[in-house]
Amino acid sequence: MPAVSFQGVAKTFFGPRGTLRALDGVSFDIERGEFFGLLGPNGAGKTTLISILAGLARATEGRVSVMGHDVVESYADARRSLGIVPQELVFDPFFSVRETLRIQSGYFGVRHNDDWIDELLAGLGLADKAGANMRQLSGGMKRRVLVAQALVHRPPVIVLDEPTAGVDVELRQTLWQFVARLNKQGHTVLLTTHYLEEAEALCGRIAMLKQGRIVALDRTANLLAATAGSVLRFKTDDALPPDLAARARVTGRIAQIAAHDASEVEQLLARLRAAAVRVEDLEIGRADLEDVFLEIMQGAIAEEAA
Amino acid sequence: MSAVLPATQGARPLAGSRTLFYKELLRFWKVAFQTVAAPVLTAVLYLLIFGHVLEDHVKVYDRIGYTSFLIPGLVMMSVLQNAFANTSSSLIQSKITGNLVFLLVTPLSPLAWYVAYVGASVVRGLAVGTGVLVVTVWFAPPGLVQPAWILVFALLGAGLMGSLGLIAGLWAEKFDQMAAFQNFIVMPMTFLAGVFYSVHSLPPFWHAVSQLNPFFYMVDGFRHGFFGVSDVSPWLSLGVVLATFAIVAGVTLRLLQTGYKLRH
Repeated sequence: MPAVSFQGVAKTFFGPRGTLRALDGVSFDIERGEFFGLLGPNGAGKTTLISILAGLARATEGRVSVMGHDVVESYADARRSLGIVPQELVFDPFFSVRETLRIQSGYFGVRHNDDWIDELLAGLGLADKAGANMRQLSGGMKRRVLVAQALVHRPPVIVLDEPTAGVDVELRQTLWQFVARLNKQGHTVLLTTHYLEEAEALCGRIAMLKQGRIVALDRTANLLAATAGSVLRFKTDDALPPDLAARARVTGRIAQIAAHDASEVEQLLARLRAAAVRVEDLEIGRADLEDVFLEIMQGAIAEEAA
Repeated sequence: MSAVLPATQGARPLAGSRTLFYKELLRFWKVAFQTVAAPVLTAVLYLLIFGHVLEDHVKVYDRIGYTSFLIPGLVMMSVLQNAFANTSSSLIQSKITGNLVFLLVTPLSPLAWYVAYVGASVVRGLAVGTGVLVVTVWFAPPGLVQPAWILVFALLGAGLMGSLGLIAGLWAEKFDQMAAFQNFIVMPMTFLAGVFYSVHSLPPFWHAVSQLNPFFYMVDGFRHGFFGVSDVSPWLSLGVVLATFAIVAGVTLRLLQTGYKLRH
């Protein structure tokens, strides 16, 4: 039995200006103990999929289960198995950190949970904030409380919906160490993120979502291997010849061109020389997930156009 | 796939409800100055002004002064308005600030939501009502002829208004929609329920209209407990209030089960 199972999940929003197919038949499983990444551009349907998993939204078609419990028919068991860290930085201004965590614990029927609450507070660097009102906390601290809230009932499956958006480096480190430890202890983790280097570093498998459809689903290593192996990076003030410009990723002065192997790198260099492009700070790097991501997303666009 | 959740699930259908009830109590208690003391002061002001102006001009029942007559009405009005305010303001605040998500991801059943929210609103209603009674009773003691009626109508009235507040809180998406619900439905119905007058003193048309207002029966039955006299029989009032409660509670539970404006 997988930790999370999506089967033919579709979601259509009916609005005044027509209908929107936010999810269009998404099917995949996340096995127990996996660290799974769900990637996709804004509007791809990541949050809609997470909302259906958490019971915040209902699928128009298809089924979703958590630890074998259907999220509609056995919602109580499914939700007990799930800890969700929401994307928005929300909090209840009436309560202190400890009150917030005790209340959340009580909702799940877990009383006298202060030992675990103390452990969470210590692990997330919140121990000295336990008595502080939620309003007094900085954004980063509030984010930590959100993580603690999601874990307060010790769910086997943890969902982090873009947890590091707008978060400083220190908190990111604390957070990832903490989540990686939970994953080692056997918790299944589902992560959505915009930071592709995080997904690359943490996730064993990755699904890429584009316009409500899964466009890639594989082990992170396979995804990296299957596409361009190397990347040529350089700075230039000159215009690239059209054939190179079409395949380059340009950020200001910095251009990046993907290459599959060493001989292709040589061809690219020869082409640059022939076009009299003056390059600075030339380097050859390994392709990262961002290159894979862009390649797959562009492929999905090309397929649609065809 | 059914869009409706079962009302209860698992062996402990109300698991977690106790915590939500406690949280709702804590929420208003932490700002008791605003949620308990302020409405008591408002009621006392009504009593001072209306009592002073009308004491010698209005005679509702024989042997009962106007100020005495007014006190139970003001107490009940406070109970009703504050029970409504507790559920409605809690829900709309949680919806607008987004922290309702913490409750939506829990295994709490629709029935558990209902019991906890309405339970806490009853406590707030009774707390304010008791406060108003304790402060106003010194002006003109209204008597306590049949205390059982007082308790029954206070509990049912608060529960009914707590439910109505839950409906308003689910329906409203903005504070101004909530204000509209309060100003155009709750306020007129409480003011026209005979808090400040006996409906017998109204012209026949408005007398008949008043009798279609379920709030009238809540106030009239409640007042019967103090004086032993009322505009209609307390048993009729009990029947009307129970029937209204059943309808409103049924609608509220149904909205919670279907996830109306909660789960899209």
